[in-house]
Amino acid sequence: MVAQHDLGPVIDDHPFFRGIDGKLRALLVGCAANERFDAGAFLTREGEPANKFYLIRAGQVAVEIDAPGRRPIIIETLGEGDVTGWSWIVEPYRSTFDVRATSLVRVISFDGKCLRGKMDTDPALGYEVMQRFVRMMAHRLAGARLQLLDLYGPHPGAGRREREA
Amino acid sequence: MTAAAADPMVPVPFRIHKIRRELPDTVTMEIAPCSPAPFTFAAGQFNMLTAFGVGEIPISISGDPGDGTKVVHTTRAVGAVSRALDRLTVGQVVGVRGPFGTPWPVEDAFGHDLMLVAGGVGLAPLRPALYHALAERRRFSRVIVLYGARTPKDMLFRREIERWRGRFDLDVDVTVDRADPSWQGNVGVVTKLISRARFDPYATMAFVCGPEIMMRHVATALAGHGIAEDRIHLSMERNMKCGCGLCGHCQWGPHFVCKDGPVFRYDRIRPLLSIREI
Ligand SMILES: Cc1cc2nc3c(=O)[nH]c(=O)nc-3n(C[C@H](O)[C@H](O)[C@H](O)COP(=O)(O)OP(=O)(O)OC[C@H]3O[C@@H](n4cnc5c(N)ncnc54)[C@H](O)[C@@H]3O)c2cc1C
Repeated sequence: MVAQHDLGPVIDDHPFFRGIDGKLRALLVGCAANERFDAGAFLTREGEPANKFYLIRAGQVAVEIDAPGRRPIIIETLGEGDVTGWSWIVEPYRSTFDVRATSLVRVISFDGKCLRGKMDTDPALGYEVMQRFVRMMAHRLAGARLQLLDLYGPHPGAGRREREA
Repeated sequence: MTAAAADPMVPVPFRIHKIRRELPDTVTMEIAPCSPAPFTFAAGQFNMLTAFGVGEIPISISGDPGDGTKVVHTTRAVGAVSRALDRLTVGQVVGVRGPFGTPWPVEDAFGHDLMLVAGGVGLAPLRPALYHALAERRRFSRVIVLYGARTPKDMLFRREIERWRGRFDLDVDVTVDRADPSWQGNVGVVTKLISRARFDPYATMAFVCGPEIMMRHVATALAGHGIAEDRIHLSMERNMKCGCGLCGHCQWGPHFVCKDGPVFRYDRIRPLLSIREI
């Protein structure tokens, strides 16, 4: 178990915050904690207050949505080196999906309220964190759009030949 | 000279010896010339297959280039000809012209990491490159296979993928676009697997095959991870007629996909990929 004062190097090593300025990182550490989730445990539940985000250090989580009368649909899986949770940064700060551990998961969790407070008073920190989240969200959005195209399906969005016809 | 090489415009009859249904709309068939004759090909090449009385289409060879006893094709039924091929049974005859086209440059990757990135039925044209690489496994550093499918049920060659996963000399990672919680693997786009793969970007050769949109995104991601554009190869598809560079039906900018491709170096075709009009 990593003590809180030892979290700095762990945050530095994680791809999401890699290269961050030491002073800003020190501010992050004050809002961070080390946590673990057993397989099957939920990190976030749809509709609940989004108080945290997580840097995944080990294990895998499934971002999923409950479909009435059916099995939940997994939208995306995330693993070591990924970050999960951005609703803490966007009003009304409520989770939009369930995030479930599919194996034993080790994370660094961040208290969203604590970090928002620091970002409000320190714009350099606010800009740095926002930039990193926007980059990640842009990647996820691009991925989600490609998934929507159903490229491998029987009528792929790629229908160049359909356009020719 | 191979079985089908006498006159490139005349189909040679091949008999179907074995058929395996891979997916509800996809079959693999093993064929051999009706009058025994050698047939050799390089990974990445294709044949023009005739369903007699219906028509002729280009289909990549999906078998082992080191196995001269049979020719293997994996076909997804999408229209008139591919559906007719899908309905054929063991003992029936198909017409074959080929092999045609440029191969995957497997041997150019000797001494380096080799990464194969496939999407959907695009695993079929890449499988011969993997067979070739496995036959000469010691000549490569890492051999990596990244595969994206629609759902776990739509994975092509699923049992073979499981066998590849079990090998210590092969890194195999699979993702699907959608799944329910019974699936223990990855969900998400295939480009995400690239970020997780271990490879030396300065000494990696990458081969990509799948729907064109997927290939564009994968090629951009590979280049973004530091692989030089001249070390990324894509297999392109265009409607074809002659298959051997005569008719111009598959012209794509300055290239004929049948003879200058289907396997192209990314740096040579990147500008064309973004032109909508061709
Ligand atoms: C070099 C090369 C290698 C190929 N290798 C393979 C292979 O190994 N296995 C395989 O299954 N196919 C492969 N194809 C694609 C195959 O040739 C086409 O699916 C086939 O020509 C379709 O002909 P059809 O008469 O069955 O359908 P058509 O009547 O021509 O088309 C019917 C419908 O299918 C759609 N369609 C046509 N082609 C495709 C496609 N490629 N993907 C998705 N939808 C399509 C059309 O837009 C149309 O809506 C390859 C193509 C090329 C150029």
